[in-house]
Amino acid sequence: MTAMTATAAATSSVSPKNMAVLTQLLEARTGQQIASYRSWRIDTALKPLMRDRGLATLDQLVSRLLGGHDLPLADQIVDALVNGETSFFREATVFDSILAAVTEVEAQGCRARIWSAGCSTGQEPLSLAMLFAERREETGAPIPEIVATDVSETALSRARAGRFSQFEVQRGLPIRRAMRWFEPEPQGDWIASSDLVRQVVFRPLNLVSPHWPPGRFDVILCRNVLLYLSAEGKAGVFSRLAAALKPDGLLVLGAGETVIGQTSAFEPSRRLRGFYELAVPVPGAK
Amino acid sequence: MKTCLVVDDSKVIRKVARHILETLNFTVSEAADGREALNHCMASPPDVVLLDWNMPVMNGMDFLRALRESALPGRPKVVFCTTENGMAHIRAAIEAGADEYVMKPFDRETLESKLQIVGLA
Ligand SMILES: C[S@@+](CC[C@H](N)C(=O)[O-])C[C@H]1O[C@@H](n2cnc3c(N)ncnc32)[C@H](O)[C@@H]1O
Ligand SMILES: [Mg+2]
Repeated sequence: MTAMTATAAATSSVSPKNMAVLTQLLEARTGQQIASYRSWRIDTALKPLMRDRGLATLDQLVSRLLGGHDLPLADQIVDALVNGETSFFREATVFDSILAAVTEVEAQGCRARIWSAGCSTGQEPLSLAMLFAERREETGAPIPEIVATDVSETALSRARAGRFSQFEVQRGLPIRRAMRWFEPEPQGDWIASSDLVRQVVFRPLNLVSPHWPPGRFDVILCRNVLLYLSAEGKAGVFSRLAAALKPDGLLVLGAGETVIGQTSAFEPSRRLRGFYELAVPVPGAK
Repeated sequence: MKTCLVVDDSKVIRKVARHILETLNFTVSEAADGREALNHCMASPPDVVLLDWNMPVMNGMDFLRALRESALPGRPKVVFCTTENGMAHIRAAIEAGADEYVMKPFDRETLESKLQIVGLA
């Protein structure tokens, strides 16, 4: 109750116009939309930045942003507003299916390529790296090429460092894997082994911009990224994801997500539940 | 319903753990040391034991060894839950037969995640 009162009081210190500046900045940079009824989240998420700049209200933060002298501020606001929630082996059964899909690709004599699109702080691609590094130890099979991208440079630099808090290292990660692939520091953080981090190529990439990575992938994970994109935004990303997928490739979305009604580029996979494949174009259809 | 025995000499920790576990649909019982926990397990073995390390009378490690040596039917999962966060302790616990390891302080997400990993949440 007190928390709600406090939040309401703090949020009232932003004019609708200034709130729109913030939501438009986020949407312009990432395609992510924040409905105004969730505006309390904006306040919570930007508190650390306000504190850092010695500002008391969101109105003051927006003035500073528009003042144009605080160059890193826009990036920092975007970073603070995107939802980077993630965990190791999120929806663990998905990883078994990926293993199966990769094995199929390799049966044709190719090294598989996997893309984690919207990788946040790296838990998703590092889970893939662990999975295949363990397979390499058991069978000698090579580790697929793993490319991981995100719009947030802050998230990427954390991912590259492979440093996780004690809470993060316990979410989704079995203790045996933590022991095998991470080293605890006296202060409580856990550091991923460089052998693991080296398996992943981390790169900045904005899914809503037209610049895309070269090459095509056998498996693309784009999980819990597109939820808050506009309908057009989603359709655009799906068609570019389709262009980045090999003909027999698979797209993986988050548990609550679907392509149905969003795009005609993909259809549910007949091979693997919860996965999507390129739609076979209907002859004559445009 | 799944059953969990919370073993910790801190009443506060037992209460916090109980609250979280009940929201995860566990039936919870409590013990304040390893001896009490062992008696409880012999009388009615739970699905999982959430186990503190440092306790009076019998510590978590001695409890775990005794449990794994006992002729108890079934094999309760054991999830350590302790401030002992060093690799040496973790390794010793796993070698003695622990299934998972929670480093304190813990929250709902950590407990839920670890219980999922041992196949119970
Ligand atoms: C909720 S996290 C999901 C992380 C991971 N895929 C998972 O499922 O656990 C969403 C991530 O998508 C990123 N993201 C949001 N909009 C993006 C965009 N337009 N281009 C690339 N990444 C974006 C965010 O920075 C964030 O790290
Ligand atoms: Mg204790």
